[in-house]
Amino acid sequence: MNTSFARSDMLPAQKPPVTERGLVKWLRENLFSGPFNTILTLLGLLILYYIVRGIGPWLLNSVWNANSIQECRSIIAANAGEGASGACWALIKARWNQFLFGLYPPHLYWRPVLALVLLCLAVAPVLFLSLPRKLLWFTLLYPVIAFFLLWGGSVWTPIAAMAGLAVVVVVFQLVQGTVGETVGAGIGLLAAVFWWAYADEPVVSALSTAIPISLEYVGSDEFGGFLLAFVIGVTAISFSLPLGILLALGRQSDLFIIKTLCVGFIEFIRGVPLITLLFTASLLLGYFLPPGTNFDIILRVIILVTFFAAAYLAEVIRGGLAALPRGQYEAADALGLDYWQAQRLVILPQALKISIPSIVSTFIGLFKDTTLVSFVGLLDPLRGVTNAVRADINWKGVYWEPYIFVGAIFFVICFGMSRYSMYLENKLKTDHR
Amino acid sequence: MAQAQQMQVSDEVAVQITAMNKWYGTFHVLRDINMVVNKGERIVICGPSGSGKSTLIRCINRLEEHQSGQIVVDGTELTSDLKNIDKVRSEVGMVFQHFNLFPHLTILENLTLAPIWVRKTPKREAEEIAMHYLQKVKIPEQAKKFPGQLSGGQQQRVAIARSLCMKPRIMLFDEPTSALDPEMIKEVLDTMIELAQDGMTMLVVTHEMGFAQAVANRVIFMDQGQIVEQNEPREFFNNPKSDRTKLFLSQILGH
Repeated sequence: MNTSFARSDMLPAQKPPVTERGLVKWLRENLFSGPFNTILTLLGLLILYYIVRGIGPWLLNSVWNANSIQECRSIIAANAGEGASGACWALIKARWNQFLFGLYPPHLYWRPVLALVLLCLAVAPVLFLSLPRKLLWFTLLYPVIAFFLLWGGSVWTPIAAMAGLAVVVVVFQLVQGTVGETVGAGIGLLAAVFWWAYADEPVVSALSTAIPISLEYVGSDEFGGFLLAFVIGVTAISFSLPLGILLALGRQSDLFIIKTLCVGFIEFIRGVPLITLLFTASLLLGYFLPPGTNFDIILRVIILVTFFAAAYLAEVIRGGLAALPRGQYEAADALGLDYWQAQRLVILPQALKISIPSIVSTFIGLFKDTTLVSFVGLLDPLRGVTNAVRADINWKGVYWEPYIFVGAIFFVICFGMSRYSMYLENKLKTDHR
Repeated sequence: MAQAQQMQVSDEVAVQITAMNKWYGTFHVLRDINMVVNKGERIVICGPSGSGKSTLIRCINRLEEHQSGQIVVDGTELTSDLKNIDKVRSEVGMVFQHFNLFPHLTILENLTLAPIWVRKTPKREAEEIAMHYLQKVKIPEQAKKFPGQLSGGQQQRVAIARSLCMKPRIMLFDEPTSALDPEMIKEVLDTMIELAQDGMTMLVVTHEMGFAQAVANRVIFMDQGQIVEQNEPREFFNNPKSDRTKLFLSQILGH
């Protein structure tokens, strides 16, 4: 047999057959790859059809401009015929300001809006590492600015409160050389507590009379809607992360007392429902504090929500710490890095990177939990504002619309956090697997 | 190898260990260790696994705590005083079996981390030092990469360079080639031989007997937490005195 062969003309490249390319291939591989999957696909389409048939007309008949539910209904009846159902978004439009600001005085709306704009500026350098590091100074000042804008009153109140942190830093710098870092931090904190307890008020009143700079005061009971959710959520998120890190490190500490305190704190806070803690904040603290103490309700709620999130974060971060090989600790030690340097430069960057998905999950949970403050009488967007709106005689009978609206806003924010965490994970990936 | 004999050993003491004992719980892992290391000595420590050889050199920079006896490193006694420990650690370099590079930092950042934060060297200067040592271990072109992108042998050479950037007086090697593929062992050993020729005081836990014969001026054999035999390499390999040593050598050199 002759097996010799020589090709005289070369074959041109051809397209794959129709069933192996484009839409047809995608459909075949993803929807109709076998009899069972074909049945599932058809079933899915059927369910989808019923859902759209149920909700579709309701959405299509939406009314955006009306002054009451009755007007909504008559417009729908006129457009789609008697008995047709339709969404009445006019409610959202009419009560937009309540959803955003609660009972915040309307002529002062510019203040929370400005605070939100500045918040974006303050958060940007934390979220995006490529931005200049000098912007972090603004981030550091932001709490003072935000407090002043949101609550108003004397500008010296937030400045003096912030000065407590400066006291920590100064005292720490002064004493750490002689007593070491851990004890130094403890003494610094004690000094700050003394500052807040005894020096804060006289300093504020003295400065306020000397240099009176102030904005119109807005009480915490006037906060509400998404403003309230943001104030609680953003503050608790930004304070719970550092606190959670410290608790996680404390739990791993060799120092018995610190370890016991951290374990006790974490287990207690994590073992109690958040609502219990909120009730504690609103009711019980009043009994324990000296009579006449004016301890702001939002501040109390923020503190307890922060504690709650920090306890969860501590456990999440502990998982990240435990996932690091011992060799990383040993290498850092062997190079002569001290404890805090090793934690800051070697251990935490890796442990936090591992824990990013769970940390962000905790943050998302925390942000959604801000709606629970309605149980202590605050006007959260989901229950507080919505109930108030639905109690209005003009809008009695509206049911789904406010919930869908509030849910959509929460979804957008939480989805944003989730996407950011994926971006961050991708950016910090250095293992090249 | 001729150069081994030419390398200088001074009379100055680098490490002095006196009647040192260590327990893991109730397990007596190091028993009555006495040893003196002079500046410029290259000591190879060998022995079966579990004999305490790694634990011994890890005691020298206090990665492990000893429970009795005395360890003096470069004039500083190791006690629970944290200041002394950090001082000793910055003077003593250590190379690990599994490299232990910091995976989230580039090679250059791995090298400059300790000089910048412990020695307070300005960043620019620290980077110059780092590039100098990367050149010495022959991989300056990898400076911008991450550890995960390097081969095992390259990673171990980076780890050696990282220790050298602290300008240590003593280098500890804890089985530096045990986790490497055979063809990469040589590049790491070559780096270590060069280091020895520069006069570095080295304590090396290894099973590379070729390295011991080429570079070491003393071989220490340990078993069951004790120093069983020590001698200069030629005597140690050709004329071992204890039966335990003979058995060990016949097992590792048997084929």
